Amino acid sequence: MVVSESAPAEMAGLSQDQLRSMYRDMVLGRLLDERILVLNRQGRAPFAISGQGHEAAQVGVGYALRRGHDWLVPYYRDLTLVLVMGMEPKDHLLAALGKAADPNSGARQMPGHYGSRAHNIVTTGSPVATQILHAVGVAQSFRYRKEDTVVVVSVGEGGSSEGDWHEGLNWAAIYHLPVVFLVENNAYAISVPQSRQMAVAHVADRAAGYGMAGAVVDGGDVLAVYRAASEAVERARSGQGPTLLEALCVRLQSHSSDDDQRRYRTAEDLADTRAHDPVVRFRTELEAAGVLLDGDADEIRQECQRLIEAAQEEADQAPVPDAASALMHVYAEA
Amino acid sequence: MAEITYVEAIRSAMEDEMRRDDRVLVMGEDVGAKGGVFGATAGLFAAFGEERVIDSPLAEAAIVGVAIGCALAGLRPIAEIQFLDFIPPAMDQIISEAAKIRYRSNGDWSCPMVIRAPCGGGVHVHGALYHSQSLEAMFAHVPGLKVVVPSTPTDAKGLLLAAIRDPDPVCFFEHKALYRSLREEVPDDEYLVPIGQGRVVREGRDISCITYGATVHEAVAAADRLAKDGVQVEVVDLRTVRPLDRSIIISTARKTGKVLVAHEANLAIGVGAEVAAIVAEECFQQLDAPVMRIGGPEIPAIPFAESLAEVYCLGPDKIEAKLRELAAY
Ligand SMILES: Cc1ncc(C[n+]2csc(CCOP(=O)(O)OP(=O)(O)O)c2C)c(N)n1
Repeated sequence: MVVSESAPAEMAGLSQDQLRSMYRDMVLGRLLDERILVLNRQGRAPFAISGQGHEAAQVGVGYALRRGHDWLVPYYRDLTLVLVMGMEPKDHLLAALGKAADPNSGARQMPGHYGSRAHNIVTTGSPVATQILHAVGVAQSFRYRKEDTVVVVSVGEGGSSEGDWHEGLNWAAIYHLPVVFLVENNAYAISVPQSRQMAVAHVADRAAGYGMAGAVVDGGDVLAVYRAASEAVERARSGQGPTLLEALCVRLQSHSSDDDQRRYRTAEDLADTRAHDPVVRFRTELEAAGVLLDGDADEIRQECQRLIEAAQEEADQAPVPDAASALMHVYAEA
Repeated sequence: MAEITYVEAIRSAMEDEMRRDDRVLVMGEDVGAKGGVFGATAGLFAAFGEERVIDSPLAEAAIVGVAIGCALAGLRPIAEIQFLDFIPPAMDQIISEAAKIRYRSNGDWSCPMVIRAPCGGGVHVHGALYHSQSLEAMFAHVPGLKVVVPSTPTDAKGLLLAAIRDPDPVCFFEHKALYRSLREEVPDDEYLVPIGQGRVVREGRDISCITYGATVHEAVAAADRLAKDGVQVEVVDLRTVRPLDRSIIISTARKTGKVLVAHEANLAIGVGAEVAAIVAEECFQQLDAPVMRIGGPEIPAIPFAESLAEVYCLGPDKIEAKLRELAAY
């Protein structure tokens, strides 16, 4: 059932430019994620939550969407995905540093709580899986207005134990709504392994129980994810209903900056995880296929570093929120 | 002017607004062909179809959560919870999500929606523990929500229209004992009753009885009895419990100097405590007696047997006794 091992030769029908652009977005997400962790260790960013290891899944899904048209209801690991949707590195450095111009929340929420109306990214809070139902409502609205828009909502495998998850998938299947439920399964919910989260092998095994299509895909294989997500998006757009798409990812970092995964994961497990770094894998594949030539990968890396450097300079200069603004936006201003 | 019941007022507000604004839709359990268990959505399914009157699966978090998604995508959903007693599964969606969406996005997103639910009980409702509760204080505690508890058909219609047009989430709790027991002429032309404004139901100079919901009618009955003895009770219907109408609370308290707050919900840590605090803070110099409160006793909800239900419920007798206590002070 696991779709994997994309033959590098065919590269999912994507042009060389598209492939390079996908790789570049994965690198940008990774480097920005690393920068935010550094800021945290320097004591400048009070909290950080990392998406390292999820980049291939997120780029694969993001590229399957019509950006600027389709919607995303993300979760806190989706740094790379919200970049693909059009947010900028600066946006997340502003959030990490608690600056007023953080477009997600004006530094009201912890970093990683994404949202931007300008990019069709729905605001998200902290309770795990509540967002599933919002995506179903968004899709219900698309259906009602007879729009051909698709919404992707993401969650971890742990989140799939919540009641809102069940209620949302059931509802979306009943009304054949244009939703893609993306489970980014990194095998852990903080410290709890998948075996203590469910008695089935794959979250997507449950798709049949809801009466919807389901697929498990190797989340370290960006092109496999792209293909599976494109199929799911096309199914949604053409009125054939939702899909439960499970991408098997690795979590390279601890759950958050307040966690140390060495306390509950074995050294072998962590080494195996590092051996499955999706950014390294895609680079190797693109080099083998001749899409990235000598020096290309380094150039992409430097370009991304420069972007992040400039973004951080701006974020450093940006003002913190004015204390008086804490009382605003509880209700519509009269 | 047509004479209509409270539930018909609710129904016609939804119908009028659905005709006026195609962004308005209704979702909930049995709201479709059946028209809701109390008939509040009767006829809407036939008039507007299943795209706008959605029979939801039996899942309260989903009813509210999907409605939130509709609001985020630009619609004006009305989510019906069949009984307020069954709203706890949706509390997370209401408190963590709907109430915080504007604030947490720094005003980038908003959540204009109405959550309607029948509430309340009494010796004639026979709803027992799980079909009788008045849980408004739980929601009134939460910044970001508005909470409306109308007492008459006229207010029910005007406030529901205002709630549907409100840019923020509104909890709209309808006392089921009023649904068919009250009949009143309401204007034929469109009118709105603003959220957050109380109303003096009955003028008086001696004592203020500040209340809301079905208890308004019990307070008026009690006030009529005191009037026979020359004690003039002013009855104030708050109509909205978040935001509270501070000015009407302060002005009636200053006028009479004696205040009784009455509500069907459990008394402790309730809306009455907040009203009493406002009076204590703003009207201390003008008070002639301690602020008194009357409400549900320290039992979880209204029991089934009439003899037990009577222990919980207020009714004109208990309110009258409390008012006489204040009058004698
Ligand atoms: C309702 C709720 N319960 C608990 C938490 C605390 N919490 C935050 S993330 C998390 C684990 C989530 O794991 P999973 O869904 O697998 O996603 P992952 O973090 O692995 O990507 C927990 C328990 C929460 N945010 N919300």
